Parts: sequence; C-alpha cells; structure tokens
Amino acid sequence: MANEICFRTLHLDTSWSLEAYQSVGGYSVWKKIFTDNITPASIIDELKLSSLRGRGGAGFPTGLKWSFISRGAPGQKYIVCNSDEGEPGTFKDRDILRFNPHQIIEGIAIAAYVMGASIGYHYVRGEFFEGFERIENALLEARKLGLIGKNILGSGFDFELHNVSGAGAYICGEETALMESIEGKKGFPRFKPPFPANYGVYGRPTNINNTETFASVPVILQHGGKWFLELGKPNNGGCKIFSVSGHVNAPGNYEIPLGTPFAKLLEMAGGMKGGRKLKAVIPGGSSAPVLTAHQMLDLTMDYDAISQAGSMLGSGAVIIMDETTCMVKVLLRIAHFYAEESCGQCTPCREGTGWMFRILQRIEAGKGSLKDLDQVLEIANGISGRTICALGDAAAMPVQSFLKHFRDEFESYINHQQCLAQTI
Amino acid sequence: MPFIEINGKKIEAEAGSMIIEVADCSNIQIPRFCYHKKLSIAASCRMCLVEVERAPKPLPACATPVTEGMKVWTRSPKALLAQKAVMEFLLINHPLDCPICDQGGECELQDLSMGYGQDASRYTEGKRVVKDKNIGSLIATDLTRCIQCTRCVRFGTEVAGIRELGATGRGECLEIGTFIEQSVSSELSGNMIDLCPVGALTSKPYRFTARGWELKQTPSIAPHDCVGSHIYVHTRRNQVMRVVPRENESINEAWVSDRDRFSYEALYHSDRLTQPKIKLKGEWQTVSWQIALEYIANRLSQIGSQHGANAIGALLSPNATLEEGYLLQKWMRGLGSHSIDHRLRQSDFRHQEGAPLFPGLGLPINELEQQSLVLLVGSDIRKEQPIIGLKLRKMALAGGKALVVNPVDVPFNFDIALKSIVCQGNLVLGLAKIAKALLNQSEIHFAKEAAWLASIEPEAVDIQMANLLRASGKKMIVMGALAASHPAFSQIKALTQLISELSGAKVGILTDGSNSAGAWLSGCIPHRLPGGKSVQGEAGFTIAEMFEKALKAYVLVNVEPHLDCIEGAKARRALEQAEFVVAINTFESPSLQKAVDVWLPLAPFSETSGTLVNTEGQWQSFVAVANPFEESRPGWKILRVLGNVCDIPDFDYETCEDVLAALRLEIGTPELTVIKPFCVDPIEYLANTDEIIRIAPIPLYASDGLVRRAPALQQTKDAGFRGLQINRTLATRLNLVGEAVRVQCEDCVMQLPLLIDEQMPDNTAMIFSGLEDTVSLGGPYSVLKLENI
Repeated sequence: MANEICFRTLHLDTSWSLEAYQSVGGYSVWKKIFTDNITPASIIDELKLSSLRGRGGAGFPTGLKWSFISRGAPGQKYIVCNSDEGEPGTFKDRDILRFNPHQIIEGIAIAAYVMGASIGYHYVRGEFFEGFERIENALLEARKLGLIGKNILGSGFDFELHNVSGAGAYICGEETALMESIEGKKGFPRFKPPFPANYGVYGRPTNINNTETFASVPVILQHGGKWFLELGKPNNGGCKIFSVSGHVNAPGNYEIPLGTPFAKLLEMAGGMKGGRKLKAVIPGGSSAPVLTAHQMLDLTMDYDAISQAGSMLGSGAVIIMDETTCMVKVLLRIAHFYAEESCGQCTPCREGTGWMFRILQRIEAGKGSLKDLDQVLEIANGISGRTICALGDAAAMPVQSFLKHFRDEFESYINHQQCLAQTI
Repeated sequence: MPFIEINGKKIEAEAGSMIIEVADCSNIQIPRFCYHKKLSIAASCRMCLVEVERAPKPLPACATPVTEGMKVWTRSPKALLAQKAVMEFLLINHPLDCPICDQGGECELQDLSMGYGQDASRYTEGKRVVKDKNIGSLIATDLTRCIQCTRCVRFGTEVAGIRELGATGRGECLEIGTFIEQSVSSELSGNMIDLCPVGALTSKPYRFTARGWELKQTPSIAPHDCVGSHIYVHTRRNQVMRVVPRENESINEAWVSDRDRFSYEALYHSDRLTQPKIKLKGEWQTVSWQIALEYIANRLSQIGSQHGANAIGALLSPNATLEEGYLLQKWMRGLGSHSIDHRLRQSDFRHQEGAPLFPGLGLPINELEQQSLVLLVGSDIRKEQPIIGLKLRKMALAGGKALVVNPVDVPFNFDIALKSIVCQGNLVLGLAKIAKALLNQSEIHFAKEAAWLASIEPEAVDIQMANLLRASGKKMIVMGALAASHPAFSQIKALTQLISELSGAKVGILTDGSNSAGAWLSGCIPHRLPGGKSVQGEAGFTIAEMFEKALKAYVLVNVEPHLDCIEGAKARRALEQAEFVVAINTFESPSLQKAVDVWLPLAPFSETSGTLVNTEGQWQSFVAVANPFEESRPGWKILRVLGNVCDIPDFDYETCEDVLAALRLEIGTPELTVIKPFCVDPIEYLANTDEIIRIAPIPLYASDGLVRRAPALQQTKDAGFRGLQINRTLATRLNLVGEAVRVQCEDCVMQLPLLIDEQMPDNTAMIFSGLEDTVSLGGPYSVLKLENI
C-alpha cells in the first residue's frame, strides 16, 4: 500500500525519466483531457470526490481551491507550484522533484487547463540543485513532446511553465512571499485579503498549490476520485508522504494512506533507535505543536485525528524524539530557526521571535529563572494571531506546546542549570 | 454606503474604505505607525489591531475594508491586549532615552507609549544597535531608533518616485538604508523626516536646536516657486527654527520641497544686512533709516532732473510680495519712470503687449494630475518646480502621457511616453517639427503658418507626438524655465500656441519665483500698470533695455543681479557704471559692493506680511512669523516711506492690508485684449548650425538669495557648479582631452572641468548659471568656443 501516488515510479530504473513516467500511465490524463474533451468542472468534481487536501501544510481542500478561479474569467491568470520546501523536518517535495518530476509537471498543466492559465511558475527551493536539474530536464522533455508550450497536442491550448529557483529564504515558502519573490522583489508576505485567487502574481488571479498536491492530481484523475478517497479515510483521502526523521532506525520518506496508525509508521521507519523509549513527536514540521509519546501512540496519521489531538498534520514531517532528548535544547533550536527566518516585516514576529530565542538561550545557558517561562509564553501569545502571515504562529506554537507538555522539564532545567533527561 | 459600528457608535462609511479611515473621519483614535493616508497600506506595524465581530483574531484597522453591519471595537479587552503587546514589542529594541532624542516631545512612539506601553520594560536581553548612515546634509539618521514602519521607503517608491531608501536584511536585522553608500538626493527628501514616526530620520539642520513644545507655529507660504506651497514656520523666541509642510490638498498635499523646507537656514546668514548703509566717497557708513531714505530721495531727484526720469530703472525679485511690487511701481511711476521689471531670467520680450494678465498654468494645480497628456517644453521640472513634478508623476501613474521637448535629456521621476531632445537648445526647431506634423494632419488650412514651416521635416517622434496630442482628451502644454530663458521665447510661445490651436491642448507656463504672477498683476512690468492697464504713452524699458542702455540709477528690490539676471556679467557692468544704485535687499552681496551705493536691509518672508500669487492665480496672504531682524524693515514699509520722502501723492498706507486693498481696488475687474502669440515674425532658429550652444540651467539650490545661502542645501548635489558637460561625440570631434577645457564666450575665457555626459545632445554644452563661478560667462543659449588648454 506504499508509494502509490507521488512515488509510483520509484521502483523503476531512472524513475525520473519520461519513459519511466509514461510506463505507469504518465501524461495519459493530460492527453485524455484533449482527446475526450474533459471539462474543467468534471475535473474539479473528481478532485472534490477524492477529498484531496493541500499537502503543503494547511490542508485546504484542493477541489474547492481550484473552483475559485473560473476558466472563462478574462485576463491573464497564473498557476504556481510551491516547491520551496523549507519547513524543518520536511523533505518530501525534494524527493518528488528528484524521482518523479514529470508528475509535477502534469499536475500543474492540468491545473492550468482547469483554470485557463497560460503561464505557470514552479518555484523551487534554492538549495535543491539536483531536483532543479531534474525538473528542468523533465520540462524540456515535455516541451519537446508538445505537452507544454503553444497549442498543446493540437488543442489550441497554450501553457508555458517556468522553473524559478529561490534563494534560500524560509519565508518564500509562504505563498504570497513566494509571489513577491517570483516578481523579483524581496520575500515579504502580503496582507490577505486579497487572496491569491483574486490578486496573485503580478496582481492577477493565481492558483498556488504544493508540489505533492499537484503530483497527486494525475493519479487521482487516472484512477478516479473514489479510488483515491478510499485509499485513505473520509475527509482525508489518499496517501500522503511522511518525512520521518529523528531517533528512528530508518529515517526517510514514507508514502502511506492517511489514517495509518502512527505506530505502524514508526514500525516502517525501523522503530526507535537503540530501542530507546519514544518521548515526543512533532507530527507536522517544526511549526506544528509537539505531542507526547502517549498521545502519539494512540493516533492515526491523518488531518482530522492529529488536529483533534491538538497539533497539525502540516507538511507531514514527523520528527521523532526519544527519552534522551532535551526539550529545552530542541525548543531553543526551533526558536533560533524562526528568529533567523522571520522576514522582519511586521512587529510581533520581528521582535518577538528574537526575544523568545534570547530568553531560551539564557535558560539553556543555565541563567534562566522560572519567571522566564511565563514571559516566553506571553511573548508567544503576543505573536500568535497578530501577524501578516503564519510564520508568527509557526514560531509561537512550538513554544506554547513545549511548555504545555514539558513545562516540568523546563523548570527542572532552570532549577538544576542543566538537562536531566540527557543523562538517562 | 455601508453602515458600520465602531465602539457602539453607528457610522455611515464610504464603501471600500478601511476601518481606520472611517475611524479617523469620526474622531475615533486608533493607534498606528506604518499607516499614512498618503502612502500604500503596509499593515506591518500591527499597532492598529482592533476587534471585529465574528473575526477570530484581531484585525489591522488600516487594511480591513468595512462591510455592511460590521461591528468594531477599538478599545475592547481583546483589542487593547493586542495593541499593548505590539507596543511592548516595538519598545524592546527601541532606546528608552527620549530625553536625548531629537524627536522627543513630538514622537509618535513616545506619545502612543503613554497610552499603550508599560511603565517599565520587561526586556532584559541586549538591545539591537544599528549603525547610522550618512545620507546627506539634510537628513540625520539614528537608525537604532527605527521601528521599521517603512513609511520612508514607501514615500520614495510611491510619491517621490526614486527608490533611495530601502529595507535590507530580514527579521531583527531588517534595517533602513541606501542600497550602496550614497546620499539621498530627492528634491522632496525632507518629507521623510515628517513621515518618520520616531527619531530615526530627523532634520540635520534643526537637530538638537529646539524642542517641539518651545516652538510657536505660524502658517505661511513658501517663497521660492510658483506653486506657493503651504507651510508652517516654527519659531522660538522670535527666531525661525524650522519649516514644515502645512497640508493643503489642492496645492502641496502633505508635502513640501526641500528648497521650501531648508531655505530658512539662510535667514540669519552672516551676509544679512542689519542696518542701512551708504557709500560716501568710497567709504561705507552705517546710517539711520531717515538719513538713508532722504539720501535716496535726494539722489534720485537729482538724477531725475539731470537726466530725466527715464534714467532710473527698478528691478524686482519675482519672489517679492504683491504689496512690495505694487508700491515699487507706484513709487517709480511717481518719479516718472515706467522702467520696472521682474522678468530677470528672460531675454526675449517681443509680443509682451499681447500677453495675458499674468503668465501661469491656466488651470488649478491639482487638475494637472487629471490630464491625459502633458507636453513639457524646456523644463527640468523636478529641479524647477518640485511639487509640479509630483503632480505630473501622479498623472503618469494614473495612465496620463508625459511628452517632453527638452534641450538636454534630464531624468524624470515618472515615465516619459515620448521625448524629443533638441540639439543646440533649439526648442524652436523641436516645436516647429511637432507643429508641422500636426499641420500635415490638419483639415483646417493654416496658410501662413504652413509657409513659415515649409522647410520643416517632422521626424517619427514628432509625428507620434502629434498623433498622441490629437488623440488625447484633457491635454496641456507646459513651458518651463529653459523655454522662458530662450532668446526666441516669443517664437516658442507662438509655436506652442499653434500646436494648441491644432490639437486643442491648453498652454501654460511655470514662471520663476513665487510671485511672477503677482508682479504682472501689480504692474511691475514696463508696459503695464496694475491690473494689466496699458501704460499711456511711451512704455518703460525692459530689463534687457535697462542694461543695454546703461541707466544712471537702479533700484533693486531683493535682487542680486549678477546671479539672478540672465546675463549676470552684463547686469553687473551696467550697475557698476551707474551713478547711483539702491539695493533694498535682505543680504549684502560681497560682489556687488562696487556697484551698490545704498544698502537698505529688507525683511525676508518670515519677517513681513504680504501676498503671493501662485501659478494658478491664487492670492495667498501670510503674516510675519518673527519681528524684523536688527534694523531691517518689511519691504512695503520701506517703499511706503520712500514714496513719502519723494512726495509721491497717495502714499499713506497704514498696514500691509491697506496696500493690498488699494491694489485690489486698482485692479478691479481687468479688461484687456489678450493677443495670442500667434502671428510671429518669420521664425528664426529653423535650422541648426555647427556652433556649440550653451544650455544654462539654474541649479535647484541657486534659485534665489535665500536658497543660495542655506548651508545644508548648499552641501547637496543640487547646489551648483559642476563644470562643462558635453557628450562624447562632441568631445571627440573637438579632440578635447584632459580634465579641464578652455571655454570662450564672446570676450570671456575661463577654464572649466570637462564632464562627459551622454544626456547632452550634439553640439550642446551645459554650464550652470546663477553661480558666482560662471557669472562672467554670458547668458544661456550663447555660442561657446571650446578648446584644449
């Protein structure tokens, strides 16, 4: 049941080649659209049926998102694919780029057809050298076959796709900052509303999705929305790639059906390293609230279950921490990341992330006081919900959740000026 | 119009407006830093977060559009919690040392921290320190105080049109600066000082000289350009400390040019005249007003009876007030001379008889931005009329087309749709080609004009301009200083008139100084009395004739002829040969000591009341903001007493208002026949020669005596002298090598640094005028000879 969607070519030699992709039915949907005159509405219906949800982190229903821009609407429209995978712990898009780039292109092209966009931008994280090369080559191949470009397959439909390489800013993974970056500006998120569907790249209606979302689309249309839905569970259709990292024996990407028990995922990842005990898991990338081992072992890996437990499925980055982990140091590392990556545009995030980082730094150095814990929590509360983009929330949630579940460990660290967990 | 509720108060709001705008209109205060009604919305400071019904999170009032039935609370516990949190964040890295900050007492952060801040900081970590940058002589930076609101950045990008300041770095390291070490050189840069809500950008000249609460604020009118920007002058104990803009939506909006803002620095310059002075047998003597005035009356009456009143001429600054102008001409005409002129930088006076009541824009300033096309003729608009430049930028941003016919390819801060850069300063030929293109397309037969322009061949750009001119709706032709100073100005006017007739465009001109319009109205021209009534009998001499004919006596009102007049050397020679020269000036000019016989200390704009008429014809009166410095006196008082001592009848004005009332009465409802400058002499300048012609713009900060003495302005790039600017083609043709060139104009020779500038068209050389360095070199559009030293 693994590797059926985005990694469906993975078992083949040079899985990233056009031949490999076509051998699993790649581009058959794209061609069928024109030969069978498939309507955009029916594609959207199929996506809605599949209950595909955005794989970038927010989990917004893709079918619904695609219905925001109608094909007939006048003027230039854009499709943007977000491969600026920057969330710590996440490395799934990188592997889709490396091992199955054609499927991303086909997914983007289908979206362009559905929404009547003649230009697409594929924004790739600056550090993805190999992936960028592969997607560039794939695009060349697709262009050569007439699958991308002018008058695609004689249908009269034009679609040009451009790969854009980022320059290594986490914030450019935020959709509106990404658009600013495509426009050649500094990656500052835009205030919403207006949303990209009304005001996106160059101020035009724009649809933006995550790489994994786009890559899922051709498979859904090939096998049907119902098939996809039934892979997972209601409202959580299909499979999802989980990037498992941390204290496990076999870290890596696992594309498994949504709704799979966490315990099973842990087992697939080779179990805990050194046979140590699981302590905590961040189930959806560094910005998702941390959950305790106790909570996790009862959970299934899907949007709704994780959300009910008080965290987020996010980008599917599962960070496993065992009993030797110092939660103070983990939080310090996370806080450092957000302080570094805040764009600096709006006040709470610009000032608050650095403040939290400094207090945690002080605690870690053994110079903290118990009062600092209330202070850092208050700072996190002061940031969350008050910033232009979600980076503020992303920086606040780890602090809030770590202190919720592991406050005693922080207090112990402050009282003993060191971590007792690590000495186990 | 949706109804919304703010703090329980029902308000009718304009559809599409933001909560903060509605609140501002209803006097409900919402704290803010990044929001400014004249700038785009950044929504980044988060200070204006308010609670909105059904919104799970507090929303920024500056970026949340109103909807019908919306309920907003600006001071609910949820709103206040958010606002106070943001205030705390803003203060953690901001120095808490208001007493040593120049902004202290007028700081938005300080003010709002009173309402939303805590009494003590909870921040115990190290504070951010940002290195200050030297961005020029006008703006001081204290970037540690910056709260990253980006108002200054948005001002540059959106309003001034030059991106000089930007935000580099990210997160906590986000800082404001110029991208590469360089100064900020926008002609409107000072506005960033006002926009900065904290003490990060402050006025360098004013810095640490006074506190906001010590200052008295008096409304006034800026005295340097024909826009007449509204300003506030801030004084402390009778001394002008600074100038800031006074909002006026129809003229300068919320802005003021750097020239208007920083010229006040010259008010107490060491050149300032403090007492009347008389030159007796080559020795300067300080005398009382009484003695000085009687001396003047005696000498002038003596010269009048000896040589006739025609031997006396008067020159008035185009910055002088309406009242000063009126009294000067009344006094001169009382003495029997009509030789009064204020057109200091004009050399062609043909067709002055048919001129309208006063030269001006011909439409309200704020309608400029609504034009769909403006053809600029001979103007470096940003450096001549900064505020008009802003309006044209707004027009261009709104989709209007700006066309340019210029003798040098100056940069603009807005898009130019088409430009025709003429060689040798030949604006006549440039316009003739456009007129010819229009004539070729015209259905009406203009036989005479067609005959004049028979030899003219329009080029592609001229035809495109003609097409655009015909196709556009609201359109204007605007002439600037480079046109007005042209030796064939009358022909330029005639051709613009012809283009106007052929295309339906209106014609306007932007004049020198702040009161050229008023000088025409008050009769400070040799051929017209106040109100445009023609002089009975022989008209007086124009300024050109006054210098040509070498009069016996000259009266100067706020004029330094060698710098203010078009041909400085000629002007100074004329004064030096005269028997008697009276200078009623604010400043004593060292290089006029030989020429002048009496100095009378004139109060500048800050120390007199008066009226200035701007280019749209607005009469704008202002009052003195300080008492006259030492023994100086307001111009209207000096001239009134001069009228008295010369026994001129009807000279008993008690107040400045009396003078204005008399002038209004005399102007009445003017009736005059305006003859469009349509029928010109056979046009000269229809072909180019192989001579090298000089373009001689006045630098932005050399436009009048006050500006020339303002130290901070003089340290900017726009202050003055650069050298000889020619293009590479000309330099190569003349085989000019080396760093300096020998420049000859008639009998004057000087060495000037050679600057290769590809903005210059062929056979054209640019040397700034209005500067001590180049006084002797003749006037604009003169023929130069260039050779290696």
